[in-house]
Amino acid sequence: MAEPARSRPAPAVEVRDLNLWYGTFQALFEIDLDVASGVVTALIGPSGCGKSTLLRSCNRIVERLGYVSTTGSIKVLGHDIHATDASPIQVRRHVGMVFQRPNPLPLSIRDNVLFAQRLHEPNRRSRSEQDATVEQALREVLLWDRVKDRLHERATSLSLEEQQKLCIARLLPTKPTVLLMDEPCSALDPAATTAVEELIWSLRGRYSILIVTHNMAQARRASDECVFMLMGRVVEHTPTERMFVAPARQETADYIEGRFG
Amino acid sequence: MTPPTVAPSAGARSRSAAQALDRRDRAWWQDLLARAVVGLGGISAVLFIAAIIVFIASQGFEFAWHRLSWSELLTGARWEPTAKPPSYGAWPLIAGTAWITAVAMAVAVPLSFAAAIYVGEFATGRRREWLKIVIETLAAIPSVVWGVVGLQVMNPLIQRLFDTPVGLNVLNAGIILGLMAAPIMTTLAEDALKAVPDAHREAAEALGATRWQTIRKVVLPHARPGLSAAVLLGIGRAFGETIAVLMASGHRLLPPSSVFDSAATITATIAAELGEAAVDSDHYQALFVLGLVLFCITFTINLLADWLVRGGRGRA
Ligand SMILES: Nc1ncnc2c1ncn2[C@@H]1O[C@H](COP(=O)(O)OP(=O)(O)OP(=O)(O)O)[C@@H](O)[C@H]1O
Ligand SMILES: [Mg+2]
Repeated sequence: MAEPARSRPAPAVEVRDLNLWYGTFQALFEIDLDVASGVVTALIGPSGCGKSTLLRSCNRIVERLGYVSTTGSIKVLGHDIHATDASPIQVRRHVGMVFQRPNPLPLSIRDNVLFAQRLHEPNRRSRSEQDATVEQALREVLLWDRVKDRLHERATSLSLEEQQKLCIARLLPTKPTVLLMDEPCSALDPAATTAVEELIWSLRGRYSILIVTHNMAQARRASDECVFMLMGRVVEHTPTERMFVAPARQETADYIEGRFG
Repeated sequence: MTPPTVAPSAGARSRSAAQALDRRDRAWWQDLLARAVVGLGGISAVLFIAAIIVFIASQGFEFAWHRLSWSELLTGARWEPTAKPPSYGAWPLIAGTAWITAVAMAVAVPLSFAAAIYVGEFATGRRREWLKIVIETLAAIPSVVWGVVGLQVMNPLIQRLFDTPVGLNVLNAGIILGLMAAPIMTTLAEDALKAVPDAHREAAEALGATRWQTIRKVVLPHARPGLSAAVLLGIGRAFGETIAVLMASGHRLLPPSSVFDSAATITATIAAELGEAAVDSDHYQALFVLGLVLFCITFTINLLADWLVRGGRGRA
């Protein structure tokens, strides 16, 4: 695995020697990965290679399944997320996740945005503070002007594109450092895809973003670094322009050129 | 079913094609037969309901039409059909039914919801399967057995715990009825929880909600129509139960004023008195009118439950 450029701030996520099993089936093998801080890292690879699994390990949401076991370590901002004093709840405050299908909660738009904040803060904030939070989060995802007059409508009444943007917006009030996105555009039409991609690109810098994509053009357009996975292993991790121009490994080249996967 | 028609093309070929396409083979006849049998079964349910309504109404019709005062029936405080002159005030029975049902729900709702949440949201694998089997078995315990529990177990227990002279009262019958209604309510409530898409739970948990926060803030609100339907069907069950309440309630024909009073319900009164009343006497007919009232109540409750479930499905 090629090391990305050295002189830079500490990585947002450090994965070390991670193995993961679904029951007895091993899905991840000896993963070592540094996700750079403040940039967009794309995770690519053929179907079933473990991209979602790796992503879902970073906020421990894989553990919902109950039959998952792991070895190795994952650090977010230097804190081991599997440490005995770390709870998945705390981890998920700092590591937000966007899913493949937009999954707004069956609540109002406003309540979706405030959901996480209300969970973590025992004292209810004042109405005006909440309003400010909602406005800021929705502005950040370029949705404010479109929904400001219907904040009390059900989030499920929005279009898929708006729903996905809302799903990003609701992560922001708890000020996460890392955003995990699992094929966030795959349920959207091309125009919506472009809009959401642009949004993700605009969040670059403020958040460290790890995004899974099947779309090579998207990876190439909208990422700083690229990680290629194959059969549960990380094969190559380089700056995006290098991966698409001069991949170090033959498998990477084959995949990028569409020879398999 | 009509056999498919073929446009006749070239003589002999169309003939054999028509034969080949005439699908009245064994499978076709079986299909026809199965549809007929299943259809009859479905329609018979409607026929039975209609027949029962007609029967009940016809038995009480003459009395209800000519001699019964509905306001006395619904609000009169004395049910003394064999006194001279007789009095047909069903208020004690209505009040008794309401009290006992209320206690039953106070027992059954927390119990069944807790059980449903545990089975549906927390238990996994073998334990979950076992629990479901046990709950279904509980639902199958005959009501007379529950009556015996009320009589032999609860009765002395209540006397000792609360220092009351009789342990056959609203509390006893309510607890028994609550325990009887809980299994079916648990099953229905669990179905309602299961109908909540897992994507909602995943979304909430990914936002940092604990399991309990997820349940309280996302799962329960989303399942509310189904849960309400479960409660309504439980109420319907409690309303209609007879033998167990007759045994556990003390069957006292006065409106109760506390849970420690004995009471009587509509169903228990019908069961207890119908055998003694001379056929077609006013008393006999009055009992059928009570039956009709009961039927209307449970029918309304069931309709309401059904409407709630549908409304829930139509939503989001
Ligand atoms: N819940 C699960 N239980 C058992 N095995 C699973 C589960 N989820 C994924 N797997 C297996 O783990 C491997 C990696 O799956 P994963 O979903 O991470 O792949 P992916 O790279 O995200 O694929 P895709 O591009 O299709 O989304 C696959 O072989 C898959 O069959
Ligand atoms: Mg995936």
